[in-house]
Amino acid sequence: MSTRRAVRRLPLHLAAALTIVICLFPVYWMITTSFKPNRDIQSEHPQLLPQTWTLDHFKRAIDAEGFGLFWRNSVLVTLGAVLLALIVALGASFAVARMRWRGRRQFMLMVFVAQMAPWESLIIPVYIISRDTDMLDRLPTLTLVYFMMTLPFTIVVLRGFIATIPAELEESAQVDGCTRFGAFRHVAFPLLTPGLMATSLFGYITAWNEFAYANFLIIKQQDHRTLPVWLSSFHNTFGTDWGATMAASTLFALPALAVFLLLQRHVTSGFAAGAVKG
Amino acid sequence: MSVVHERTAPRPLIRPPRRTPGPARRATMSGVWPYLLVAPAVLGMLYLLVYPLARAVLISFQDFGLRQLILGDAHFVGFDNYRTLLTDPRFWTVVRRTFLFMAVNVALIMVLSTLVALMIERLGRRWRTAVLSSLVLTWAMPVVAATTVFQWLFHSEFGIVNHVLTGLGFTSFEGYPWLAHGGAAFGILVTLVVWQSVPFAAITLYSALTTVPSELYEAARLDGASGFRVFRSVTLPIVRPIFMLVLSLEVIWTFRAFVQIWVMTRGGPGDATTILPVYAVQTALAQQRYDLGSAASMVTVVLMSGILIVYFRQMFRQEGEL
Repeated sequence: MSTRRAVRRLPLHLAAALTIVICLFPVYWMITTSFKPNRDIQSEHPQLLPQTWTLDHFKRAIDAEGFGLFWRNSVLVTLGAVLLALIVALGASFAVARMRWRGRRQFMLMVFVAQMAPWESLIIPVYIISRDTDMLDRLPTLTLVYFMMTLPFTIVVLRGFIATIPAELEESAQVDGCTRFGAFRHVAFPLLTPGLMATSLFGYITAWNEFAYANFLIIKQQDHRTLPVWLSSFHNTFGTDWGATMAASTLFALPALAVFLLLQRHVTSGFAAGAVKG
Repeated sequence: MSVVHERTAPRPLIRPPRRTPGPARRATMSGVWPYLLVAPAVLGMLYLLVYPLARAVLISFQDFGLRQLILGDAHFVGFDNYRTLLTDPRFWTVVRRTFLFMAVNVALIMVLSTLVALMIERLGRRWRTAVLSSLVLTWAMPVVAATTVFQWLFHSEFGIVNHVLTGLGFTSFEGYPWLAHGGAAFGILVTLVVWQSVPFAAITLYSALTTVPSELYEAARLDGASGFRVFRSVTLPIVRPIFMLVLSLEVIWTFRAFVQIWVMTRGGPGDATTILPVYAVQTALAQQRYDLGSAASMVTVVLMSGILIVYFRQMFRQEGEL
C-alpha cells in the first residue's frame, strides 16, 4: 500500500477505529472496573488500565446471597424453554416444509405474527392469568413464557433448514425400507444439527436475558428469581459497591459474549438474516 | 428467505428454501399427521398469546382493580376506561413522549447504522473483521448488564463520563447527577438504546450492501457516474427493501426499551422517561388499576399494529412466498 493511498484512506480508518472504541468501551470498562481495587474505582482520576488487579469483587459477587440459586434458576428456565421450543418447532417445521395440508399458509402467517408479538403489552394479562391459575412465583410459568417467545423464530429458521435438505435423501431411505419418520430421523435429522444449534443459541440468549416477565411474575418467592432480576436490583445487594456490581454484570454477560464471539461468522451472516425475518 | 442471505463467500448458516410448487411434488403423507405435528405449536400460541391478548381486551372494558383481582367479580363498564385514559392529559404527554423517544431513537439508529454499513463495505479485510467483531460483541451484551454498566459510566461522582467532561473543561459536569434530571436521563436512555441497536441494523444493512452486484458499480463508473450518483441510482434501489424492513423493526423495537427504562429510571425522574409500556405497567401493577393499564396496553398494540402492517407488507414482498 503506497503512502498516498494510506493517507487517502486515513479518514476511513479513523472512523472505523472510532466505531470500535465506541462499541467496546462500555464492555471494556465493565470488565476492568470489576478487576480494580476499590480505591482505584473511587478515585479522582480513573485509570484507563487497572494498576493493580484484584479478584475481590468477583468473590463478593459469587458469595452474595442467592447468587448460586439464581444462577441455577436461570439455567433451568433457559434450558427448559429452549428444549421445549426445539421439540415443538421440529414437528411443526417438518409439517410445514415437507407436507401438504390445508391451512399451511395460515399457520405460517400466524407464526410470523407471533414472532412480532407485543410482549411488553402482555405483561398485565399474563400476570393476571398466572395469578388466577396459581402459577405466580413459579419457575415453570417463566419457562412457558420464554418457550413462546422463542418458538416462532425457531419454527421459521428450522423450516428453512429442513427445506434445504433434499427430500430425495429421505425418499431413497424410504425405498430402502425406512418409514417416513424413520427416514427423517436417520437421514435428515443429523443434517439438521447446525440448524438446531443456531436456533437454540438464539433461544438461549433470549431466555437468559429476559427481564420483564421474570421481574413481574416472580414477586413473593424471592428464591425463584433469575439472574437479570437479581442484577437489576444490585443496589439492594451491593449498595454502592460498583466493583462487585460490575463483577456481577461481567459474570452475567460472559456466557452470552463468549458464545457470540465463538460463532461470530454465523452470527453476522445467518443471524442477521434470521432476525430480519422478524 | 430474503436478500440478506445471498452473501458472497461464506455460505450463510440459514439458507433460503427453494420455492417449489407446494412443499413436495410427490405423493405426501397427509391426513391427520401434519395437524398433529403443528398442534402443540398452535395450542401454545392460542394459550400464551391469543388468550392473554383477549383477556387484556376484556379487562380494558371492565372495572378491574385490586378487589376484582382477589374476588373476581369484575363487571363491564363499556368504554369508561378508554374515556378516562383519553381525557387524561398525563396520558397524552406520555403518548407524545413515546413518539419523541421513537423518532429520536430510530433516526439516530438508521443514520448511524447506514454510515457504519457503508464504512464497513469500504474497509479492508482486517479492519472489516475488527469492526464486525466489536459490533457483534456490543450486540451480544445482555440488556440488563448494559444498563447497569451505563449507570456506572454516568455515575455522578465516580463515573468516567463526568470525569472526561470535567477534564475537557466542562466544569459544570463535576458531580452532575444525570439520572436526577429529566432531559439528561432521557438522553442517557436514548444513548443506551442506540448503542445496543446499531450493531444489528448496521450488520444487516452491510449484508444487504454486499448483495449489490459489482458489475453494476463498474458499469456505472464506466458511464462516468459520481460517487453520490452511484449510491443514489445503484446502491439505494437494491438496498431499499432491507432498509425499510430494518426501519420498521427498529420502530417496533422501540417499545422493548421498557426493560432499560424500568431498570434505570422506572420512568422517572417524575415522568421524564415514561413511555407507553412503562405507563401501562405502572398504572396496573403499582396503582392496581389493571383496567386502565390494560386499556393503555391496547392503545399501544393498536399503534404498533399500524407499523406492523407496513413491516409485513414489506416482508412478504421480499419473500414472495409463505
